[in-house]
Amino acid sequence: MPKISQKAIHKYLRHDKNFPHVWCSGCSNGIVLGATIRAIAELGYKKDNIAMVSGIGCSSRMPVYVDFNTLHTLHGRAIAFATGIKIVKPEMKVIVITGDGDATAIGGNHFIHGARRNIDMTVILINNNIYGMTGGQYSPTTPYGDRTTTTPYGNIDPTFDICDLAIGAGATFVARTTAFHAIEAQSFIKQAFEHKGFSLVEIISACPVIYGHLNKKGDASAMMKSMKENVILIEAFEKLSDEQKNGKQKRGIFVNKIRPEYIEEYDKLVRSLQDEKGGE
Amino acid sequence: MSKNNTIKKREPVLMQGNEAIARGALDAGVNFYAGYPITPSTEIAEIFSYELPRRGGKFIQMEDEIASISAIIGGSLAGAKTMTATSGPGFSLMLEGIGFAKMTETPCVVVNVMRGGPSTGLPTKPSQSDIMQARWGGHGDAPAIVLYPNSVMESYELSIRAVNLAEKYRTCVVLLSDEVLAHMRETVNLPDLSKIKIIDRIKPTIPPEWYKHFPENPKYPMPMASFGEGYRFHVTGLSHDEKGFPTNKAKEISRMMERFRKKIEYYIEDIVQIESFFMEDAKIAIFTAGITARAAKEAVMKARKRGIKVGLLRPLTIWPFPDGAVKKYLGDKKAIIVPELNEGQLSHELKRVMGGIWNYEIRKTKNIVELHKNSGELITPEEIFQTIREVK
Repeated sequence: MPKISQKAIHKYLRHDKNFPHVWCSGCSNGIVLGATIRAIAELGYKKDNIAMVSGIGCSSRMPVYVDFNTLHTLHGRAIAFATGIKIVKPEMKVIVITGDGDATAIGGNHFIHGARRNIDMTVILINNNIYGMTGGQYSPTTPYGDRTTTTPYGNIDPTFDICDLAIGAGATFVARTTAFHAIEAQSFIKQAFEHKGFSLVEIISACPVIYGHLNKKGDASAMMKSMKENVILIEAFEKLSDEQKNGKQKRGIFVNKIRPEYIEEYDKLVRSLQDEKGGE
Repeated sequence: MSKNNTIKKREPVLMQGNEAIARGALDAGVNFYAGYPITPSTEIAEIFSYELPRRGGKFIQMEDEIASISAIIGGSLAGAKTMTATSGPGFSLMLEGIGFAKMTETPCVVVNVMRGGPSTGLPTKPSQSDIMQARWGGHGDAPAIVLYPNSVMESYELSIRAVNLAEKYRTCVVLLSDEVLAHMRETVNLPDLSKIKIIDRIKPTIPPEWYKHFPENPKYPMPMASFGEGYRFHVTGLSHDEKGFPTNKAKEISRMMERFRKKIEYYIEDIVQIESFFMEDAKIAIFTAGITARAAKEAVMKARKRGIKVGLLRPLTIWPFPDGAVKKYLGDKKAIIVPELNEGQLSHELKRVMGGIWNYEIRKTKNIVELHKNSGELITPEEIFQTIREVK
């Protein structure tokens, strides 16, 4: 993998008045931002040609820091806004930055329908298992039994497996990695960008200040270590006994397939109508 | 585009109100429509789904109304002229998105074909009960431009105007209709395309590094770049500065809020349209809009035949409310009759302009007679005529 220099990353940031960023110390969002920019730099995409769209939440604050066409939308609606952009300007590279609450709770409907349409966009979903921006309430990915400010007695609400959800809804590129595996994240994001269709990269991340603190997960480095140990490659995971699988998660590329993409199908329709008219 | 128009020659055609709205929008250049089916607005989506692919435009049926408004805002930022259409329940769902469009000064048009409410209400019956919702429905302070035709021809004209005003003032314009207006058919003579005034958004000509997506000056023109044109601006629903970056500074927030207000206030004469019908010598005035104004006109004619001096003042622009015209035309009337298909939304606003319901002096001299119906039926000319006779 070609090394992208720190200097190169700075070319993609908006330095004028947006820093320091809003994220807490130890937050993984910066790592994901770095991986995203490095993937873009590697592919040599033009800044003018990228639309980065986000919803509401900690992760969704990302677009303001990058020098692209950036849109910070309503809670849960990033994929719907992105759909509008992509349909009108199919030549643009549309990237959605979202979180577990934004994409799978309030925005669940848009998430599954984006995947169903297989509309060409890349969703980078930063999963920190909690609503960080509002101070730590449970999300659809908060593990069973965990403490949040709205599960003071422990969480009894079952969780979503976001990748399974995306696969079930029809996404054609689905991958999971963690903020610890930053190089892998860069590689998955790059492959997602190159994929034609709806691609999802779920990145498990650390929220040491809120989630970690409430659940005694230790500091940022302890949470990183836990990701390293507990989120393991698909092959390694499959070799484990059912007992050993407990508390572990798979990472890797789950789906990478080709299925008719929405914009291409629409263009085909337009062309067929023009042919029909030509024959009149 | 005209070559591909299915109406090949502009001969008189029999047309439904919903169809007229779709035709008007297409003629005004709407090239992206995202919507979700809801009675009684669905025909608008159906026409767009047929027409847009044939014209190289884009149509998509989204998963709900929230997605629809979101998609048209995204599409507008990418450079398209956009529209969606819905009815009461869907409009309620769109309010957050409409607020976002106003906050981010992104042009788009939302059609609300009013039906009876609250809740699911009366999907197949007319109502005028979203007049207040169209203005005050979303959270936060933001002015609104809301138009309301009273015929099929006017549905066509105001649809064009709604698109033009959205592009000109960079905001979300709401076009109201109602179930009867939407579904009734009338013969219309559509003007030649060359005779239609179309306003396109002004593009910036300055270099990107000087570009401010939200210029300080709230006066027209308000140049607006699209995504992918080299300007790389930021758009957020957070309170923002001129460049679009989030801010917590009181001065910058005040300036932003003032801009939203002033860009409508400065151009109120351009935005507000009213029709005055036999008002010159009228002693009694009727004040109403949309489908109810049709009945009112007939009542005026009937009363005039009997020598009763009555006239009709009808706002085509409901919001901003035509305060000036109301004061000018209605200030000296003996009585004002306000028939409407709700529990007093236009009349509430009228009372505000006429001096407030608690002002005794005004109450004594200005007799505002309200005529409400919220049962899904229209107010008939006869009912208005009877009211005229009672107040005479």
